Amino acid sequence: MNFLLINFFLISLLLVTTFFIFKTTSLISVVALTGAFTLLCSAIYVNLDAVDVAFTEAAVGSGISTILMVMAAAKLPEGKKNKLINLFPSIILAVAISLILIIIIANLPLLGDPNAPIHLHVVPEYLKESKDFFHIPNVVTNILASYRGFDTLGETIVIFTAGLGVIALLTSNTLNRKTNFKKNKKNER
Amino acid sequence: MINFIYFWNHFAFILLMVGGLFIIITSQNYLKKVVGLAIFQTAVFVFFVSLAKVLDGTAPILTKMANAYSNPLPHVLILTAIVVGVATSALGLALVLQIYKNYETIEEKEIESLELKSDK
Repeated sequence: MNFLLINFFLISLLLVTTFFIFKTTSLISVVALTGAFTLLCSAIYVNLDAVDVAFTEAAVGSGISTILMVMAAAKLPEGKKNKLINLFPSIILAVAISLILIIIIANLPLLGDPNAPIHLHVVPEYLKESKDFFHIPNVVTNILASYRGFDTLGETIVIFTAGLGVIALLTSNTLNRKTNFKKNKKNER
Repeated sequence: MINFIYFWNHFAFILLMVGGLFIIITSQNYLKKVVGLAIFQTAVFVFFVSLAKVLDGTAPILTKMANAYSNPLPHVLILTAIVVGVATSALGLALVLQIYKNYETIEEKEIESLELKSDK
């Protein structure tokens, strides 16, 4: 029962943080709230028994991501109090998506049900066998590095591609738009 | 009332997902759009991890004391997805910086008006 109450409290805090991210216009406050958001997420993961995920979220999501956002926000101008755009279509979209998801979620098993279908297939074997095969007590590590090692290899390729993209974007100075606008501005003067 | 507290994670998943989408579509600032994308992803992460929970279970590290473990498979999938999500937002931030270099603003309507002016 304690677990459920803590979970309720943390998830409610997450929703409140999301609302304030939506409301704030100052960029540096948005970045700070995002850091708080990811840290709350890692607390939720610890409470839900996902310690490895919490560790990764605290290091990568809350650490590196927040640092990148602070570095970007330092170079960008202060956010303006502009009007919201596309308000009417987005409200229709939001209502439609929530209705579809509510219909789906009504049929899901309750939180923590030990007889849910997700717990009955493949995973019992992983929990039973993996220690004899790999001699590591942490099952998450066994699955990540051995049973599904190719997934992790694919993830590495994705990160490499993203890093290449970031470097290519940040070092390129010769885009067409820039020269066009410089010329236009000179013409205006 | 007791059922509601069990369903709260699923409800929060809907609210977070729709809220992330709403921020992406309605806000004019491009950095806020990147943050909205991160919220959208986090909604899916929290949903997956709460599906993996078993009541009275512990973290999936094998010991002699525990008799029930939470499901390790969604944890592995989310572990991969978190790192890919950070790579995505880094690429998005690089795009935003490049847009600022070219247009000297990151508000959507201002860029639109600049584009219209340059077409004439």
